[in-house]
Amino acid sequence: MASLKELKNRITSVNSTKKITKAMQMVAAAKLRRAQEAAELARPYAEKMNAVVANLSNSMTGPDAPRMLIGTGKSERYLLVVATADRGLCGGFNTNIVRRARERISELLREGKSVEIITVGKKGYEQLKRLYADKIVERIELRDVKKIDSATAGRIGTSIRTRFEAGEFDVCQIISAEFVNVMTQKPQTQTIIPAREAIDDSVPRPDLKGALYEYEPDEESILEALLPRYVDTVILSSLLENAAGEMGARMAAMDSATRNAGELIDKLNLEYNRTRQAKITTELIEIIAGAEAV
Amino acid sequence: MADKLQFDLVAPEQRLFSGKVEMVVVPGTEGDFGVLPDHAPFMSTIRPGAISVHDENSVTRTFIYGGFAEVTPDGLTILAEEAIALADVDATQIEKKLGEAREDLKDSSEEAEQADAQERIDKYESLLAALAN
Repeated sequence: MASLKELKNRITSVNSTKKITKAMQMVAAAKLRRAQEAAELARPYAEKMNAVVANLSNSMTGPDAPRMLIGTGKSERYLLVVATADRGLCGGFNTNIVRRARERISELLREGKSVEIITVGKKGYEQLKRLYADKIVERIELRDVKKIDSATAGRIGTSIRTRFEAGEFDVCQIISAEFVNVMTQKPQTQTIIPAREAIDDSVPRPDLKGALYEYEPDEESILEALLPRYVDTVILSSLLENAAGEMGARMAAMDSATRNAGELIDKLNLEYNRTRQAKITTELIEIIAGAEAV
Repeated sequence: MADKLQFDLVAPEQRLFSGKVEMVVVPGTEGDFGVLPDHAPFMSTIRPGAISVHDENSVTRTFIYGGFAEVTPDGLTILAEEAIALADVDATQIEKKLGEAREDLKDSSEEAEQADAQERIDKYESLLAALAN
């Protein structure tokens, strides 16, 4: 049995751990609210953008349509963007995303496709480099980024577009976490390029009442200007959802850590008191036995 | 006027306006155009400039740094890359920033920095031009 002093030390150390996890939980809760707000605010733009691109892409079906919309016609080379958090201590958040990424990669490799990876966030890189270090073509860390905004997404988007224009891949997908609610984040795979596959068809199309769209300048120029923005928008909304998900996961993880620490302290306290009493009893017995012996 | 135009102004990070107005004048790439209720379906890119929202005899002007406008029977949607309410803009501050951007352009030797400075100059110049009107 541990000595009184050892027990006391353990109780103090668990107590300070509890304080830290509690603080982290509260910080995560505050950040979660902000991240959720940011994700909320970005939603109207993403929805409108989706509607506009969906509308335009309907009228662009010919072989002249931009390649970013219809793809290269092949699906041999894949570029996977794996977006995770930069920090750990958020439960299974990063692991779940990386697991989904690994499954996708091995699935693609089995089908004989080639895969390249861009990691966003430090944790994803650390976990993926063990298996697929040769496939990671770029890694982006968001550690220095205070606020995820369109400039952040634009940087990633530009890198993807440059690679696409250089003919490095046929299909680009982003793997990130879908923010279902505070407690639940589901890994999801979204296609970015070709953009046609990415368009959410559930968005209601406006009824044109038989009228035809007019374009100024022409359709191609608009689409050419619009598609890069569209790619950025998809990336931005995934990043924002990821950020909210990370905070939600961290909050839940730290909440259960705090609870665990509390339970552990209760148990240790009980043991401490028992040991203390046992010690007193033994001392008393020794004194009484000593007195009787005299 | 019986009918009003449903107008939505959204930027990547937030929704700036959503509501019914009488008319919106948009600086299209190929010229300004006004949108009234029941406008024909139409889509255009926007050059940096100010949009004017007309409602109840008042005009609200917002500076838009590029984007897209889409007119459907449901109304007008503007996807702005960046939007600033002109009422909030202080001309002297912008001029100062413009000066800084010009300095940066002169001082920098890297291509990326120069492009960035040039972009800022263009932006502030068009913003000042919109203010002057």
